[in-house]
Amino acid sequence: MSFISYLINGISLGSVYAIIALGYTMVYGIAKMLNFAHGDVIMIGAYVVMTAIAGAGLSPLLAVLLAIIFCTILGVVIESVAYRPLLNAASSLAVLITAIGVSYLLQNLALLIFGANTKSFSSVVPAPALVLAGGNLTISGETMVTIASCIVIMVGLTLFIKKSKAGQAMLAVSEDKGAAQLMGVNVNGTIALTFAIGSALAAVAGVLLCSAYPSLTPYTGAMPGIKAFVAAVFGGIGSIPGALIGGILLGVIEIFGKAYISSQMADAIVFGVLIIVLIVKPTGILGKNIQEKV
Amino acid sequence: MKMKKAVSAILVAAMAVTLMAGCGSKADSGSDKAADSGSESGSVFKIGAIGPVTGGAAVYGEAVKNGAELAVKEINDAGGIGGVQVELKYEDDEHDPEKAVNAYNTLKDWGMHALLGTVTSAPCVAVGEVAQTDNTFMLTPSGTAVECVQYDNAFRVCFSDPMQGLESAKYIGEKGLAKKVAAIYDSSDVYSTGIYEAFVKEAENQDFEIVAAEAFTAEAKTDFSVQLQKAKDAGAELVFLPFYYTEASLVLKQAAGMNFSPIFFGCDGMDGILAVEGFDVNLANNLMFMSPFTPTSEDETIQKFVKDYDEAYGQTPNQFAADAYDGIYAIKAAMETGEVTADMSPSDVCDAMKEAMVEISIDGVTAKGLTWEASGEPSKEPMVVKIEDGDYAVVE
Amino acid sequence: MKKMSKTTKNNMVTYLMVIVIFIVVQLLVSTGNVSSLLQGLLVPLCAYIILAVSLNLTVGILGELSLGHAGFMCVGAFTSAFFSKCMVETIPVTGLRYFLALLIGAAAAGICGILIGIPVLRLKGDYLAIVTLAFGEIIKNIVNVLFIGRDENGFHFSTKDSLSLGLEDGGKVIVNGPQGITGTPKDSTFVIGVILILITLFIVLNLMHSRSGRAIMAIRDNRIAAESVGINITKYKLMAFSISAALAGVAGVIYAHNLATLTAQPKNFGYNMSIMILVFVVLGGIGNMRGSILAAIILTLLPELLRALSDYRMLIYAVVLIVMMLFNWSPKAIEWREKYSAKFRRKKNNSAKEAA
Repeated sequence: MSFISYLINGISLGSVYAIIALGYTMVYGIAKMLNFAHGDVIMIGAYVVMTAIAGAGLSPLLAVLLAIIFCTILGVVIESVAYRPLLNAASSLAVLITAIGVSYLLQNLALLIFGANTKSFSSVVPAPALVLAGGNLTISGETMVTIASCIVIMVGLTLFIKKSKAGQAMLAVSEDKGAAQLMGVNVNGTIALTFAIGSALAAVAGVLLCSAYPSLTPYTGAMPGIKAFVAAVFGGIGSIPGALIGGILLGVIEIFGKAYISSQMADAIVFGVLIIVLIVKPTGILGKNIQEKV
Repeated sequence: MKMKKAVSAILVAAMAVTLMAGCGSKADSGSDKAADSGSESGSVFKIGAIGPVTGGAAVYGEAVKNGAELAVKEINDAGGIGGVQVELKYEDDEHDPEKAVNAYNTLKDWGMHALLGTVTSAPCVAVGEVAQTDNTFMLTPSGTAVECVQYDNAFRVCFSDPMQGLESAKYIGEKGLAKKVAAIYDSSDVYSTGIYEAFVKEAENQDFEIVAAEAFTAEAKTDFSVQLQKAKDAGAELVFLPFYYTEASLVLKQAAGMNFSPIFFGCDGMDGILAVEGFDVNLANNLMFMSPFTPTSEDETIQKFVKDYDEAYGQTPNQFAADAYDGIYAIKAAMETGEVTADMSPSDVCDAMKEAMVEISIDGVTAKGLTWEASGEPSKEPMVVKIEDGDYAVVE
Repeated sequence: MKKMSKTTKNNMVTYLMVIVIFIVVQLLVSTGNVSSLLQGLLVPLCAYIILAVSLNLTVGILGELSLGHAGFMCVGAFTSAFFSKCMVETIPVTGLRYFLALLIGAAAAGICGILIGIPVLRLKGDYLAIVTLAFGEIIKNIVNVLFIGRDENGFHFSTKDSLSLGLEDGGKVIVNGPQGITGTPKDSTFVIGVILILITLFIVLNLMHSRSGRAIMAIRDNRIAAESVGINITKYKLMAFSISAALAGVAGVIYAHNLATLTAQPKNFGYNMSIMILVFVVLGGIGNMRGSILAAIILTLLPELLRALSDYRMLIYAVVLIVMMLFNWSPKAIEWREKYSAKFRRKKNNSAKEAA
């Protein structure tokens, strides 16, 4: 019974990683940049929800909507102020470093506004826990909602990219920026839209992360952010189903590693598996292998 | 090439600016030094404090800062130390030994007489080494590692790690709280492993068995389902949690989520769990922990401290704030007993204060009749606190 | 002087810059004009400069992004601190002990570089970056669960806790898991640090302008073309990577012998630190060693000099970092700067002509 329980916890943790990884993977696919500040947008989203519920007395659903709007705007502002001027810089590392600067900025802003004290995030999930097998197996409401949201988002996003014009524009920009521009695609607008969607997803991820693991500090987003980045690479960065598979695998490996090998070495196990996967398949599980041409 | 030149030009310009800023601070420190040896100097006692106010451990440094500020304000309002006003300067160390040494040097330039710090263990050991070379008096409010007070110029207000582990194991064994005990600890943290090891060692002498010992690390401290599941499967009646309340609040929530309700037993880091904003206090019912300080105590000194602290910062003080508060009063007492004057050099101050430290006795908020041994350890009895109906209660 | 080639001259300027800074600082220190804060920062600064220069070898010359540089520093720091702690009584001569510690730290980090480099360097771009990050985290994780003690029966190892070492009475725990190594002798000095910076520069600059260096840069600029003219890709990549790792190990030795306590925390040996070193490299200019040195100095001093701003310190640091990056790297800003400097130069030329 504990095996099933570990598995469910792993999938639940993995689903959160997967939603965060989606933001990474979309931005990477289109702007070819690693947005290191993504994890901190998650943290901001969680703080907005908490303030809206505790401070302004909004209903949880409204609060989540507000957080999504807030993070979307934040994402677009960050993109236009800090990233866009550097998208054509001589080295792609420039924008990476700026993203790190933005990450520090968001963390320290949150520290000044909300203080260093840990805040306990009251869950916004109304669903009760599911008790199975005569009390031996409990699946919390948060777990079910997290997994369900992850699936809904994944399906929605895939449909959006396949069916809508804006989604097709995204695909075009990710394939070839120059050609897309020649075909009349608004490249800057598409990149901004990607950041908007990525940040909106970050807000959702923030709510789910903090509902399942209810402790909120200005540094809450940093570690899940890095783990999700690993998950995105795991699945093949730039690929949406890859983010899902990578996220869930990472969550399950983390939990199983802790349960069956060593709880002290959980990180080393996760990263070790990542290295093995990448050495066997250098572009991740679902990554495309592009042949290099001269 | 042109661009590279431009880049270096800008860098040089930026460096010139920073260097100038550096010169500015240098000039300041120079005048401080002059003031120290000058005649008008004896006007103020300078107490430095170091702890993290940014970074992941900021919450502890913040509490110490507040507690120390409160004590200094009270002392100044009451006429200072021997009629001399006290000035407190608090420096950030980001919970990083290297930054802590930088902070210490900043305070040294400022002309500090005595140091309250540092808040966390690893930085404290690093600063201790430098402070010993300089012969500067230091009193750490909350540095629990054994090495924090390894030199004769260093003292602490809190309990040491081994002592907490030992006392916890003794308490659990002697009171017969459980026969099967599980322990979860942070293997990447000095404080947590220190207590855990002492606990395991003492457990051999006690009438209970450790059925599961599971660790977690700073990189994976959100999900405790595995550790709890293992404890549950092993049939643990009591789970020992030697770490801070931030993670403990998650452990309690997740344990409740899986219908696992053993006795949870923590150490002084558990203090403050009820103050976590938004925390469902019912989850903490029956949680026991060892702490020198309870904000709900009837004691007059404590009541006044809690009230003043709440007025000043809008929070209930935790054990860190209480340790810092007592720390400042201990420094005051040692300065008075050692007949320290503000025109003495920090080294002379240190010599006078470390002799005075073993003579003083203060009635603080963490203990009555608190005294120190020359080894740097305080002599006080830990209390076991139990949370009942969402409030702290002392267990006899 | 005229016979010197342009690169030699350029290298000389770099060495000279380090020496001039060293002399100025030494003069200031001896005249008592340097605050304790700055004096305390001198040795860490040397470590950071070496880290920045060595990472620039990987990022600038080899053209690969590494996010695990702090891991090599960690290896160098722990092996050398372990050695020094064991040998404090056996080798009382500080200079000799420190020299051996340096060799051991550099060798251990270099070997790690080779071991990690062999599988990893097959990967490209961001995949390489994430794998180096993973290795850095693994190294840190392993160090955190490593317990080594010594008694009369020799060394004891454990990955559980210090109790399971089973030490005899009088045995000492040397590496104590997350508590790391305490009581490393404080052997690092500013003079040694500067000498090591000069040696590092000498190694890196000479490599850059050697036959091997040209091969490495050819791989960076076009791997397939380099392969087709018969350059052994793996060999040269591995060479640059392991030299870079060994130099990071040297920086680790300096770091470990400057603080009494050595713990592997996310802050000093985790990806945060690796990223911090990368920031030095990118801000100072990729492939530009002088830039790395200056950027390391500025970014290490900046948060210390901002202490007066207390709570706003790290916030302002972040803003300054973003602004500096935008100013140094944005194509528009570069265009603007060039226009401005061209105007300035023209004016200067005009006035020179008029004077003539």
